[in-house]
Amino acid sequence: MSDQFENRIDIALTVNGEPVEARVPAGQHLVDFLRLELGLTGAHASCEHGVCGACTLRVNGDAVRGCLMLAAQADGAEIWTVEGLSDSAAFTDLQEAFVARNALQCGFCTPGMLVAAEELLSAGGVPDRAEIREHLSGNYCRCTGYEAIVDAVETVARARAGEAAQ
Amino acid sequence: MTIDFGHPDRPNSYIGKTVPRPNAPRLVQGRGEYVDDMVLPRMLHVAFVRSPFAHARITGIDAAEAKAVPGVVRIFTGAEVAEVCTPWVGVLAHLQGLKSPPEYAIAVDRACWVGEPVAAVVATSRAAAEEGAALVEVDYDVLPVVADMMTALDDDTPVLHADLGDNLAFRRVNEQGDVDAAMAGAHKVVTAHFTTARHTGVTPEPRSILADWNPADERMTVWHSTQAPHMMQTALATHLDIAESRVRVICGDVGGSYGIKVHVYPDEVATAAIARIMGRPVKFIADRLESFSTDIHARDHEIEAKIAVDAEGRILAMDVDDWTAIGAYSVYPRTSAMEGNQVVNLCGGPYDFEHYRARTSVVFQNKTPTCQYRAVGHPIAVAITEGLVDMAAAELGMDPVEIRRRNLYADDAYPVTSPAKMRFEGLSHHKSLDLLLDLMDYDGLRAEQAELREKGVYRGIGIASFIELTNPSPFMYGIGGARISAQDGCTVRMDPDGSIVALSGVTEQGQGTEAMLSQVVAEGVGVAPGQVHVITGDTQVTPYGGGTWASRGAGIGGEAALRAARALRDSILEVAGAMLQSDAAGLDIRDGEVVDAKSGEARMPLEELGRIVYFRGDTLPQGLPRELVQTRHYITSEYPFAFTNGVQASYVEVDTDTGNVRLLKHWCVEDCGRIINPMLVDEQIRGGIVQGLGGALFEEIHYDEDGQLLNGSMADYLVPMAAEMPDMVIGHVETPTKESSLGAKGAGEAGTAGAPAAVMNAINDALRPMGAQVTHMPFTPERVLRALGTLKD
Repeated sequence: MSDQFENRIDIALTVNGEPVEARVPAGQHLVDFLRLELGLTGAHASCEHGVCGACTLRVNGDAVRGCLMLAAQADGAEIWTVEGLSDSAAFTDLQEAFVARNALQCGFCTPGMLVAAEELLSAGGVPDRAEIREHLSGNYCRCTGYEAIVDAVETVARARAGEAAQ
Repeated sequence: MTIDFGHPDRPNSYIGKTVPRPNAPRLVQGRGEYVDDMVLPRMLHVAFVRSPFAHARITGIDAAEAKAVPGVVRIFTGAEVAEVCTPWVGVLAHLQGLKSPPEYAIAVDRACWVGEPVAAVVATSRAAAEEGAALVEVDYDVLPVVADMMTALDDDTPVLHADLGDNLAFRRVNEQGDVDAAMAGAHKVVTAHFTTARHTGVTPEPRSILADWNPADERMTVWHSTQAPHMMQTALATHLDIAESRVRVICGDVGGSYGIKVHVYPDEVATAAIARIMGRPVKFIADRLESFSTDIHARDHEIEAKIAVDAEGRILAMDVDDWTAIGAYSVYPRTSAMEGNQVVNLCGGPYDFEHYRARTSVVFQNKTPTCQYRAVGHPIAVAITEGLVDMAAAELGMDPVEIRRRNLYADDAYPVTSPAKMRFEGLSHHKSLDLLLDLMDYDGLRAEQAELREKGVYRGIGIASFIELTNPSPFMYGIGGARISAQDGCTVRMDPDGSIVALSGVTEQGQGTEAMLSQVVAEGVGVAPGQVHVITGDTQVTPYGGGTWASRGAGIGGEAALRAARALRDSILEVAGAMLQSDAAGLDIRDGEVVDAKSGEARMPLEELGRIVYFRGDTLPQGLPRELVQTRHYITSEYPFAFTNGVQASYVEVDTDTGNVRLLKHWCVEDCGRIINPMLVDEQIRGGIVQGLGGALFEEIHYDEDGQLLNGSMADYLVPMAAEMPDMVIGHVETPTKESSLGAKGAGEAGTAGAPAAVMNAINDALRPMGAQVTHMPFTPERVLRALGTLKD
């Protein structure tokens, strides 16, 4: 890389509620930064071009592809990964529903699937099965055939709506 | 003592119940440990320079520029790796005539497919290794390419491997009776031409390996995303010239395998060879383009097939001519002839008829090698058989259910040997079909279909009966000379706190092996499943076994675990009898306690027994055996394979304007013998169905005539996603195998075996009023419109 371009960039961000400062290669993807530099291996690199959703993270409240965003772009961002969302009990009910319904097999897509599903659930209401399928249509799972995942998300949506009504 | 499975309320009745998977909570919290998550001190990364040509002579490699990249440590050519790594040949003795040339870890002087490794760049980071790989200059002389399957044996087609004489890798005819005479005298003969597209597994976790050679103690440790750790131990030891006992293969979490990760891959062996040379840990993780271009492909078949029936719809004969092209090499060590071999063994499988002929021709070409992928050969054989049966029914004006009724083996026909010489111990085709029709409300669905057709809505119902080969014996690979274990073992021990540890040679790929084993061991010993810690996937600690393939985990590994658990129970009760001064035969273990077998009265917790045995052995009688550990191995011996059966139905709507096929609903009734965990079995079947639906509607690897891969990304190779998939209703009939005390057969591939045929028949059922028919998978909108005559060019 030519010296006339800045090839390392300083960033300051929040990851799972903790402040992080780092100097990152300009071309490093966010998911690689989290995995390689911070040891947060929950989000997975799979297709690395934004199709499969295995690297899905929560960035400033949105479900975002960790392979389509550079670490340098995350300066000032608030990022949550499956590790932080687990530790803070942000979606324990969803995780428990996945386990109870066997909505995961190899588990490689699961962290991204959970973040994507939580984005839909946190919008409130009880989405129907077609809406759940549509929302998760960017998250590839080769093991389950999706039905168990749809079941788990639907169960949590109903349970949360029931609680909200009480 | 046998388990009385007839009583669901028996003590410790965990076999047959849905219990949660012990490893699932870890995975939903992002605490899985896949190979790429591992970091070792001094670890290096390797990236491969790969051939951009389908066939080319390598005339020079210039690595000067690559070496200058910061972080690049060393660059290897094929010749350098070959100094420590011998080539392999993917043949098996029982597949007579199968031939294949020696294959090197990195091509030495000739590349034979786009993606074959031609050099390796080792660096301190994957990014630096990739940058270096992009700068390696390779000079090639391009050679003539063999790309087309059906002309591969023509006189004017170049011979890919001159030493082999021709491009025919393997040919086999499976014949019984007099097919020609039966065809000549038949009421109707229906002929069809089928194609199944080239697929690949698209595992979410790409192929991954981390190899570490420690020259100080001369040991190789390999963390590998694999289905067969012991097979890999042998392969690496053999070709790197290391004693097998000095190679340890560890298989942690695997992010999807589906048959893709049960083969020996050149780049993975090269990674281990480089670790051997450098004396440092070296990691290779395939990127997605490498997955598409170098993971094995499968199912690239063209078939001409005929069925003969009498006026009553009875099948008289089947004649199948199957062709498949396997790429440039037969894959080691399972070979690439197995898929074609399965096709000629499995066609006509559910049906009772006499005259059968099936030939497979397996040819070489300059494409990515093909090999065994989930449901090996089954989706092809089922599509041929069930496609022809439906076409024959249509010719006769007979309902598709009725023609099956008249030809399926009777449920009391067993044991029986099929015209393809497959031996069936006990199947339930009719009972399964009954249940399917009930679940789907067949008559109601037919009425709905007819009503909608009046309104111009074209819906179709497709049915596919099938058999599935599971629980393989050494007849699959061992007799051919491959060191691939058909037996499997399990060690079960009780620790001082009364908890149980089970070590098994079968592996966890996400299908629920560890849950299945915990249930079997829990019931076998008499503790709760949560008290059983299961360890798999480490050649240094588990008993020797075959791993996960051909739906063998529950049937073979589960039986070994049950036998070991029962033996441990006997050992525990012998000690308990001495301690309690009771007859061991009058004691039982229930929920972690020794109890009086008759009254159920608690006598002693296992924890207390453990304390005495391990710390106060002085209080026990001299000579009392103290081994609270038992190992059992199991192999099937009466039948080469335990066949299962099932039947699927698909309900689709075809948009005759756009050619789009919408999957409305899918049903499957499966008989996999004893069900250990109902939810896990259902989810295996659902996942398998969707993998089959992908093949029916979306998945197809494309090459051009120069052997260039055209769709090597997930944006271009379509896989099933949530929005297009239907809900699936699963039902069961249970015919346990009598070969084992557990009675389990496999369930991992049934869904994939039957789904494409069911969809094909459903589409053709919808199109039949318009005289259209599709037989070339995947059934894309374009192919549907061509069948309808809307597209003509």
